[in-house]
Amino acid sequence: MKVSRQRPRGRIDISSGGDYQPKALEGKVSGGFVIDFDIDSMPRPQTPQLSGWGRIPVPGREMLSEDLRELTKNATLTRGLGRSYGDSSLPPPGRFEVASSVLADRILAFDETSGALRAEAGLSLRDLLQVFLRRNWFPPVSPGTEFVTLGGMVAADVHGKNHHVEGTFGAHVGEILLRVADGRIVRCSPELEPELFWATVGGMGLTGHILEVEFRMKRIPTPWIFEERERFGNVDALIAALKRSAKEWPFTVGWIDGMARGRSLGRGVLNRGRWAEPREAPSSPPPPIRRLTVPIDFPNWVLNKWTIQAFNALIYHGHVWNRQRIAHPESFWYPLDKILRWNRIYGPRGFTQYQCVLPDSAGPSAARRFLEVLVAAGGADSFLCVIKDCSTEGKGMLSFPRPGISIALDLAVHPGTQSIVDRLNEAVIGDGGRIYLAKDSFTRAEHFRAMEPRLEKWSEVRRRWDPDLRIRSAQSVRVLGDPA
Amino acid sequence: MKAALLGGTRGIGRALGRLLAEKGHDVCLLGRNVEDLERSADDLRIRSASGKAVSAALCDLLRPETFGPSLDEAAAKLEGLDCVIVTAASFAAQERLESDRLLTRELLTTNFTNTVLFCEEARERLLARGGGTLCVLSSVSGERARKPVILYGATKAGLSAYLEGLDHKFRSRGLKTITVKPGFVKTGMTAGLAPPPFAGEPEGVAKDILNAIGRGTPVVYTPAMWRWVMLGIRNLPRFAMRRIEF
Repeated sequence: MKVSRQRPRGRIDISSGGDYQPKALEGKVSGGFVIDFDIDSMPRPQTPQLSGWGRIPVPGREMLSEDLRELTKNATLTRGLGRSYGDSSLPPPGRFEVASSVLADRILAFDETSGALRAEAGLSLRDLLQVFLRRNWFPPVSPGTEFVTLGGMVAADVHGKNHHVEGTFGAHVGEILLRVADGRIVRCSPELEPELFWATVGGMGLTGHILEVEFRMKRIPTPWIFEERERFGNVDALIAALKRSAKEWPFTVGWIDGMARGRSLGRGVLNRGRWAEPREAPSSPPPPIRRLTVPIDFPNWVLNKWTIQAFNALIYHGHVWNRQRIAHPESFWYPLDKILRWNRIYGPRGFTQYQCVLPDSAGPSAARRFLEVLVAAGGADSFLCVIKDCSTEGKGMLSFPRPGISIALDLAVHPGTQSIVDRLNEAVIGDGGRIYLAKDSFTRAEHFRAMEPRLEKWSEVRRRWDPDLRIRSAQSVRVLGDPA
Repeated sequence: MKAALLGGTRGIGRALGRLLAEKGHDVCLLGRNVEDLERSADDLRIRSASGKAVSAALCDLLRPETFGPSLDEAAAKLEGLDCVIVTAASFAAQERLESDRLLTRELLTTNFTNTVLFCEEARERLLARGGGTLCVLSSVSGERARKPVILYGATKAGLSAYLEGLDHKFRSRGLKTITVKPGFVKTGMTAGLAPPPFAGEPEGVAKDILNAIGRGTPVVYTPAMWRWVMLGIRNLPRFAMRRIEF
């Protein structure tokens, strides 16, 4: 064993029961229990890793700077807060660094009359709400978490509880400032370079690095929500109620007990809301919400069939009471954000979310058939299952929503996950539906092609701006067949 | 409060500028890039509850001749001046500095000589107005020399000593000098370094700084835990420091 006076040395006391033994020392413990070692022979710290919200990591690192323009020169990909579940925001194999937009978070302009707001792409929805909620402004469309950036909202063309009224976020975007692959900075809008614009809206950040976004905020009567909940005994009743409610309520969403079977298949709770009127709401602005943090990775076994079943039953039966109330906006829009780092409850194995939309053309029983496939495939041990009716398709060339029913469910990762996703994808293809890239970790390239007749047109626009496919992600290599 | 803020476009300075604006204080951002300053000023103006005066004046920490005029411009735009805050500084990894003499010289000049010259201009102006607050970001790295931050730490050690002297001499005349000693804070400056335990966020650090300004605390560690961390490190014997790599 090398021992050098100049180099830092350490001492491991094996007799004290320490479980740390450097690999390099295996078999070299000689004689007594106490050994001196040379730090150079110790294993190097692990390569840094990056992952999406589902915590399936790849080697990678974020580059951070307030100067997003400088940062995105020659960058392979830009990511925001990394809330896409799968590999949308991860570097492709062979690349290590991705630009992070989160420090570029300045609001650049706001027009009090029209609501037009322009900001750097790294501005988070959380930050935006902190400034504007108390002034009675809200973004036109909000996803289910406030820990997303504007750039990410454009790239995934997010939708929310008001999709049946407002469509996707992209429909409210006036202009995008984009660094395209050859290094130029291009302004695009529905009038200016419209093809690049609509390829970027929902284009998963693959058409260029989003630097700035301009969109229209909405005036709201108060920052509080009038909320109503109702329970339904099976999926058909729940969907019928969703469709009915869509005519009267601006915000609707359904939660499904993924563990219920047979006659109760797809039973759940319908949640609908609107902005509260001044006479109904507290006169004070909503206070900061109390958040808990999941402090550690839960062991993998914590979420299992029985604990999920118990939890779901609790939620389902808990909704006998509490039918109407004035709700805190953040708890209505972002119930899961109340628990920070909740993705740790799935443990170190990680998880994925499967989200698809089943078109109206597939008939009213499509959702029931889908849930039956899910049960048959063995993937029904889902902790979180959300259902939402979608209205008109947006103009984004790869935008996810289309008229029909969207179903999203969390799946813990295990050796059978790939085959579950494959079987769900086959069912979705059969019904003429498609999946949401922002959630996906397992879809095969051939399945995605079969779902997306629009892919060719989008790829053509992308290649016009990036013929060498310099901007890529782990997802674009996996799903779109980009070179690694 | 009418505050001039040097370094408010990035990192801790950006968070502090936002906090000042949200609390309704008048802020003038000082910096060297006009376009960048204007963008940050717009950001503060929109975030500020009252939409009060936020403006910008050109000041380059590498060009001492800009110091006096920029402070005068700030005082004119704010119609008064009772607080000058410096969050700007440069940082580079020790390994890079060891092989780049020009960069070393620039770092030493920016963080010590020119920061002190700027503070002298600020001192003169604040005293002429009957006092006020001079709040400058030093660093915990100035308290004990450590291998990864030898040169950076040396500039901050000198700066802390200067600021302490300033506070001793001028507090009775109404000029409060506040030395902020941040520990590791997650900003663009420290991007790429592995955050140690007790690493802070710029927003929390900004709150601590504003509290210190309000109370006139002469020395503030932020996050507060670093006071105790540094108490330990300051008292480590020399042979132990020699072995420490962080």
